[in-house]
Amino acid sequence: MDRIAGQAGDFTVTLTRKPRYVLEDKCTGCTTCVEYCPALCPDAFNQELSKSKAIHIYYAQAIPLIAYIDESCLYLQEKKCRICEAVCKNEAIDFRQKPETIEIQVGAVILAPGFEPFDPRPVERYGYGRMANVVTSMDFERLMCATGPTEGEIRRPSDGRHPRNLAWVQCVGSRRVTPGENSYCSAVCCTYTQKQVILTKDHDPEAACTVFHNDIRSFGKDFERFARRTAGLSGVRFIRSYVSIVREVPGSRNVVLRYATPADGVREEEFDLVVLSVGLNPPADAMRLAERFGIELAPSGFCRVDPADPLQTSRPGIFVSGAFQGPMDIPESVFAASAASARCGELLSRRRGRLTRERTYPAEKDTGAEEPRVGVFVCHCGANIGRVVDVPSTVDYARSLPNVVYAQEQLFSCATNCAREITEFAREKGLNRVVVAACSPRTLEPLFRDTLREAGLNQYFFEMANIREHCSWVHAMEKEAATRKAKDIVRMAVARASRLEPLQEFPLPVNKAALVVGGGVAGMSCALSIAAQGHPVHLVEKEDRLGGLARRLHTSLDGMDIPALVEDLVQQVYRHPEIHVYTGASITSSSGYIGNFLTRVSSDRGTVEIRHGATVIATGAALYRPTEYRYGQDERVLTLLELEEAIARGEQRVVGAGRIVMIQCVGCRNEERNWCSRVCCSAAIKNALRLKEINPAVDVTILYRDMMTYGFREDAYREAAERRVRFIRFEPSDPPRVEAVEEDGTKLLRVSVNDEILGRTLAVDADVLALAAAVVPAEDAPEIAGLFKVALGPDGFFKEAHVKLRPVEFATDGVFLCGMAHYPKHLPETLKQARGAAGRVLTLLSRDTIVASGAICEVAERKCIGCGACIAACTYGAIEFRETASGRKAVVNPVICKGDGLCNAKCPTGAIVLKHFTDEELFGQIDAAAAEAAAAQRS
Amino acid sequence: MCSGRVDLAHVIRAFQNGMDGVYIGGCRLNECNYITHGNYDALAMVLLGKRILEHIGLNPDRLRIEFMTSADGILFADGVNEFVKTIRALGPLGRSEGLAEGETAARLSGVAKLVPWIKLAKRDKLAARLTREDDRERHFTAAEIEALFREVPAYFIDPEKCQACTICGRRCPVEAIDGGKNRIHVIDQERCIKCGTCLAVCPERFQAVRVAVGAPPPPPPTEEQRTLVRRKKAAAD
Repeated sequence: MDRIAGQAGDFTVTLTRKPRYVLEDKCTGCTTCVEYCPALCPDAFNQELSKSKAIHIYYAQAIPLIAYIDESCLYLQEKKCRICEAVCKNEAIDFRQKPETIEIQVGAVILAPGFEPFDPRPVERYGYGRMANVVTSMDFERLMCATGPTEGEIRRPSDGRHPRNLAWVQCVGSRRVTPGENSYCSAVCCTYTQKQVILTKDHDPEAACTVFHNDIRSFGKDFERFARRTAGLSGVRFIRSYVSIVREVPGSRNVVLRYATPADGVREEEFDLVVLSVGLNPPADAMRLAERFGIELAPSGFCRVDPADPLQTSRPGIFVSGAFQGPMDIPESVFAASAASARCGELLSRRRGRLTRERTYPAEKDTGAEEPRVGVFVCHCGANIGRVVDVPSTVDYARSLPNVVYAQEQLFSCATNCAREITEFAREKGLNRVVVAACSPRTLEPLFRDTLREAGLNQYFFEMANIREHCSWVHAMEKEAATRKAKDIVRMAVARASRLEPLQEFPLPVNKAALVVGGGVAGMSCALSIAAQGHPVHLVEKEDRLGGLARRLHTSLDGMDIPALVEDLVQQVYRHPEIHVYTGASITSSSGYIGNFLTRVSSDRGTVEIRHGATVIATGAALYRPTEYRYGQDERVLTLLELEEAIARGEQRVVGAGRIVMIQCVGCRNEERNWCSRVCCSAAIKNALRLKEINPAVDVTILYRDMMTYGFREDAYREAAERRVRFIRFEPSDPPRVEAVEEDGTKLLRVSVNDEILGRTLAVDADVLALAAAVVPAEDAPEIAGLFKVALGPDGFFKEAHVKLRPVEFATDGVFLCGMAHYPKHLPETLKQARGAAGRVLTLLSRDTIVASGAICEVAERKCIGCGACIAACTYGAIEFRETASGRKAVVNPVICKGDGLCNAKCPTGAIVLKHFTDEELFGQIDAAAAEAAAAQRS
Repeated sequence: MCSGRVDLAHVIRAFQNGMDGVYIGGCRLNECNYITHGNYDALAMVLLGKRILEHIGLNPDRLRIEFMTSADGILFADGVNEFVKTIRALGPLGRSEGLAEGETAARLSGVAKLVPWIKLAKRDKLAARLTREDDRERHFTAAEIEALFREVPAYFIDPEKCQACTICGRRCPVEAIDGGKNRIHVIDQERCIKCGTCLAVCPERFQAVRVAVGAPPPPPPTEEQRTLVRRKKAAAD
């Protein structure tokens, strides 16, 4: 990016496109050039642990999957070689390419440059670069990966041996004020390390894994459970200690670490391999980026954002998403991306759709009268399949199968040119069924279905044979058996393909309004964003006023004025002509389906029926009412939130207190509520700092298990420690004790706790005891879940469709999720997630129609005996009885049906059929599975 | 496709094809990504299937269901390896259980024919969500399956009572009833799936459809006997 001119809504951006020296429209990604290229260079994608060539494809799944030439090219350096030009059959190499200047007109910009992993090389004490068997977590990630330098075998760099005794060192580059390192917490390392431990144990169940850590920050959804699972594996040790990398053992080149535990004192221990869990740095070119875009950076080097509008940079029209905002994990990056798109939508909504073009497909050929003519395309997937499965012999075998009229191999069936080839051959050979033997249909089935449509075939005439995940990847050592299995899989796929029927998808109109359930910060922000993008919103709140739990909050560590923020949102909501607010509301029923819901709401405004195309669940969470630590028995015992309110009111018993104790993790991170409430540690520090500000002499003690001050909150934790807030850690097995003690006629509230480090029990007579009460699911969550037919997770919070891929959607189409209903979170995260949900809602509401799948159930009325087994089996309520002249018959509402087919398995007469998975198709597959075995037995 | 879509008929078909074992993989229980929890349906079907195998003299260990996520590769591999070992130890289907060559096939095809009726008879139990592990083994009992097969009904039409009204024929889901106007109806026992629709729809005043349990139905009338002679008309003649 060279320049940006103009303003929000109308920018001109000047870009320089670097030469690739490969013509994009000619390269097929065949990698012949890579084979012949003589210039070896370190493979950046594999952390330079292996070699690549000067001409190469960055990685196997790169988009577009075509080659480029980098600076290590001999021709570019010394005008020699040009072998690639000679071997390329497609004349795709073009050394004449020059940098090209491009100007584009855009209305808004999203900055998503990500982060740079911390480089431990300059910090000498980490030994990285000096000791061969000290690797970073990024290196280790590649060492574990099937597409990595060791093809998924964990081998240590010094001698290629499988390490049996591994150590992870946490907080490398993070939570440190030493020069060259970062003071903040990188937020993701605790959990990625646990993942690496689990994967290591998967590779080698005997491996000993030791994690040296400070706090275990399991603050994310399901992280606590994940952490416990990891710690519970055999041969896994979690040791809470600072650690130094002492030396490399001559000969073995093992690495010696020194650490200390309260029980054993200082120890030294030898490990085969040491993984440094490196943190997240700002992107390497952040300064340059900031300068050119005219945006400000925070002192940390990440993008400066307003916590009350966390997608907005300091320049209007330029938004930020992902880790450039600061360290964050994948789910947050994903919804931040949706949120940034919503911000763009708000800015540009009036121009939505002006540049879209309708995709047209050739008319669908009527193949009704034809015999099945199956084409089989067997994919090498580069080497992923071809290295194990004998692809040419599988192709020959496919040709011998009934109904197969054509078969060929392909390097990457998913590459644009190969997909085009499928279309072309389908036309040329008159195919009416296509089987692609490649990978899992989960990712690529939509692409191949599209390929069929391009060929004028019904898209349901497609079948995928998974010979990668189900074959080559799991039988890498048994090539012949794997080839036999690939043939079996192909034979079964052909059998099913031959029986496939053409199915029609049909368009459904989309109601343009949204229903947002919950009028807290999440619901209001989401409603405002949807309305700003031109859609009516019905905002339903059960309380008498908007605001939710945030009404009780006053300050935040990042300096937000929360009452002002809430008030501002309320004002904006009421002023917006497209937002209809229902307070004191209850939902009595909800029916319908994506694009067409009907919800009945009783509220201060009477009972109304609301028609809406999308639903957002933003019903928030509740607070645990402690039963422990004398809460409710002694008025000096408050919850953290009550403490915050008391401070805000200036209550003397709080602001005038001499000694304040806080106990963390009250009611969570235990057997009953196995999650971390995420916000309480920061809240404790926030209140501690506030109390210190009011009365610097106040004695504040925080009793904690792990301080969850992830990200930039770590700086506040450090500040609190500097200001002499006392932090004492306790084990859940030995929690603090709170007693009422009477001394000299004074009733004391005595808090005592075992301090492991000092090795003795400390007792504090507290004037105020604040309990960090858990954030728990809202009481009405099960009821809401039932009304909108969405799921709750094991902890009772609403369950998103996919943790990483679909973090703000439900599995139920057309229903979305944001805020604490999903999981406890800080306000900036809630604001981001609310906009993220709005972004996803718009992908639905901005369309006039949506398409319903063809693979759904249907009743052959003649065969239906009206027994109702199907109706009982359908969770979605998609089947009803209809009275006919021949008695009652089941009938399926195709829009509600999800195609699970439970009804089909229950139907005694075979009247109800799950299309695309009919008995005939499945029997065909089952028979084909046995065909070879039967043939072998006969011969 | 949900594991709950797996039909008892699919399992029987695999055994009919000579497969020595059938392994069904489903999502982890209680972790359905939707709201359906169809893996419980699959579980109930498997429990029933095992009892049926047992009933016809085949080892129930030949049918297994395991629950896992897409991340449980190791669990899957271990489970399949263990299953293959079990099946190898059991040996070939039928022969290892001491059944004669044709006998296994005959028994399996007998069951395959009864699948529709089994689904009807065990409808509620097949839909049960067996959350407690203790409940699973005893959900279907050997005695129950014994009774199930003992009480297989045979529907037949009493030629004395049939008025050839064609209602049952029109309503039969599998078109197993032969007959027309003035032609006494006959149920093709080979095609009949024992759903009882004919019994339910035969007009009250005729009560021509009858059911035989535990005994074969009487032989159908001969072709000559099937022409309906209407009494009133006969009297008039």
